[in-house]
Amino acid sequence: MSAPSIIRVRGLTRDYHLGSETIRALRGVDLTIARNQYVAIMGPSGSGKSTLMNVLGCLDTPTAGEYWLNGVGVSRMNDDELARVRNREIGFVFQTFNLLPRATALHNVELPLIYAGVSAAERRRRASQALARVGLQDRMHHRPNELSGGQRQRVAIARALVNEPSILLADEPTGNLDSGTSSEIMDVFARLHAQGQTIIVVTHEADIAARAHRVVTLRDGVVHSDRLQAAA
Amino acid sequence: MPFNEAIRLAIRVLWSQKMKSGFSLVGVFIGVTFLIAVVSIVEGMNRYMTDRFAGTFFGVNTFHLRRFPEFSEDVPAETWRQWRRRPRITEDDAQAVAASLSVPATIAWQSTARATVQYRGRIARDIEITGATDKYFEIKNYRIERGRTFTAQEVRAGATVIVLGNELAKRLFDDRDPIGREVKIRDILYRVIGVVEPQGNLFGISLDKFAVAPSTSPVKKFTNPPGLVDAVLIRTGSVPEMRLAMEQTEAIMRSRRGLRPNQDNNFALETSEGILDVWGKINRILLAALPGLVSISLVVGGIVIMNIMLMAVAERTREIGIRKALGARRRDIMRQFLVESATLAVVGALIGIATGILLAQTVASTTPLPASVAPWSILVGVLLGGGVGIAAGLYPASRAARLDPVEAMRHE
Repeated sequence: MSAPSIIRVRGLTRDYHLGSETIRALRGVDLTIARNQYVAIMGPSGSGKSTLMNVLGCLDTPTAGEYWLNGVGVSRMNDDELARVRNREIGFVFQTFNLLPRATALHNVELPLIYAGVSAAERRRRASQALARVGLQDRMHHRPNELSGGQRQRVAIARALVNEPSILLADEPTGNLDSGTSSEIMDVFARLHAQGQTIIVVTHEADIAARAHRVVTLRDGVVHSDRLQAAA
Repeated sequence: MPFNEAIRLAIRVLWSQKMKSGFSLVGVFIGVTFLIAVVSIVEGMNRYMTDRFAGTFFGVNTFHLRRFPEFSEDVPAETWRQWRRRPRITEDDAQAVAASLSVPATIAWQSTARATVQYRGRIARDIEITGATDKYFEIKNYRIERGRTFTAQEVRAGATVIVLGNELAKRLFDDRDPIGREVKIRDILYRVIGVVEPQGNLFGISLDKFAVAPSTSPVKKFTNPPGLVDAVLIRTGSVPEMRLAMEQTEAIMRSRRGLRPNQDNNFALETSEGILDVWGKINRILLAALPGLVSISLVVGGIVIMNIMLMAVAERTREIGIRKALGARRRDIMRQFLVESATLAVVGALIGIATGILLAQTVASTTPLPASVAPWSILVGVLLGGGVGIAAGLYPASRAARLDPVEAMRHE
């Protein structure tokens, strides 16, 4: 791995307290991901992959351990600093799309730019550009309930990319889609990766993981296996 | 998120839930409506009392010397009996005051009674007939529409001339010129020499149904016993001069009546200020009750808005989670909800202001009570609305801002 590392994680743990019980979701994860890698994170439910995804996405902070994103230590940042990192460095794609139901596709894509302090005209320009990149230039003024599942996920991808983040972080991106639409979305991912985007996909589906170039498998809160593969 | 962005968003959200927004701003709306309407009516009364009543009806920098006050609050029966026993004011008193005041002053005296005025077949009953000296018109600020007032010479001669109030002239003469015609009061003919400009009304009572003749003319037979007057009117150039003239008048009257230092005045010096005091008391009671009434409805309005905002935060937990995931900081979320609740309250306040003004105008046009909307009350209304909105929004907004993005996005 000669490319500079974008994510470096050392000894990452995350404990949850449920009453008197302590659940150790992550028990010391070490992971390095280089720029322009396409990584699938797999594992059975309860393996800690969602927790790892939340920590990597700066939505959650580790109980112990270090996390450097682009060389910056983010494991000790406060809420507002993390919000800024999420805004600039990370583009999220969720299983349930997580679009604002009352807002148009265009406005949904503009959201990250609003919090980045981009002017209204510039926002509009960049948001429509991002929608065009995922083939939705003629659906800009539709609301989520007027779009198909695949189209919604493409709006979410446009939203994830609009701020040109370091990482595209997708959590079960095809979990709510039929197989035809799923493969369309995975084609979009492949194209983005070819254009140089770093992508991390959390999934439990083998055929989704097969599209990635590297598969990291978690079990019981630690990395169980980590292998490179030729993309399907 | 920039401020204007937050306001646009707030208006969009509130507009998309018109019903709920409508109900939630009722409290603020009522409070502000009340504020504007009451303040407008009180202010209108105030202006009316000072301008029309004190300025026109009573006269500026003017005081009256009377047996007892013409305008007074409820006085106990005992005081009344005492007042009725006081000696009357005489023409000699008036002359003495006129002769010894050191400040420049215009002086007149008057006696008034009610009588019927006739012109050929036309009869006007229960008209206020005043016998006065020549300066009376100047002190009362009566401007003459047609003809002239009577002169000092006519007063000395006891001429049977008369000046009519506007409405009375219209009633007796319609469109004909009254000047030079003769009206009959108690079988005596008086020649009309002037008509006073319209004076409007006071509390809905016309101020234009009167007639003024020289105090020495035959009207003296029915206005007062010989040598007695109802009031001496003294007009000065300024407030300090008026104060000085009042002191001197008091001294003259006390000495003429041989009052010892420990005895109270047995006469009254009345100013428009004294009358305004009575009004001021009513005014203060109204304005003192106002903050209580307004704040009750605002507190209720605030609680309603707080509840609505808590509901909004609960309903939009997922949205908050998404926004935070996409980079919204605590203060962005805080601002979003604060602006929303402040907008809600300010919209309520604005509707309240509009309704309040409408209410005040309705009162003004359907009753003799005047109303004038005070600019400060509008400002206070908007500020109160915004303040209530922000205060009511603080707790819900900070709850929203502290939500954990992961938890919030899981929320259905």
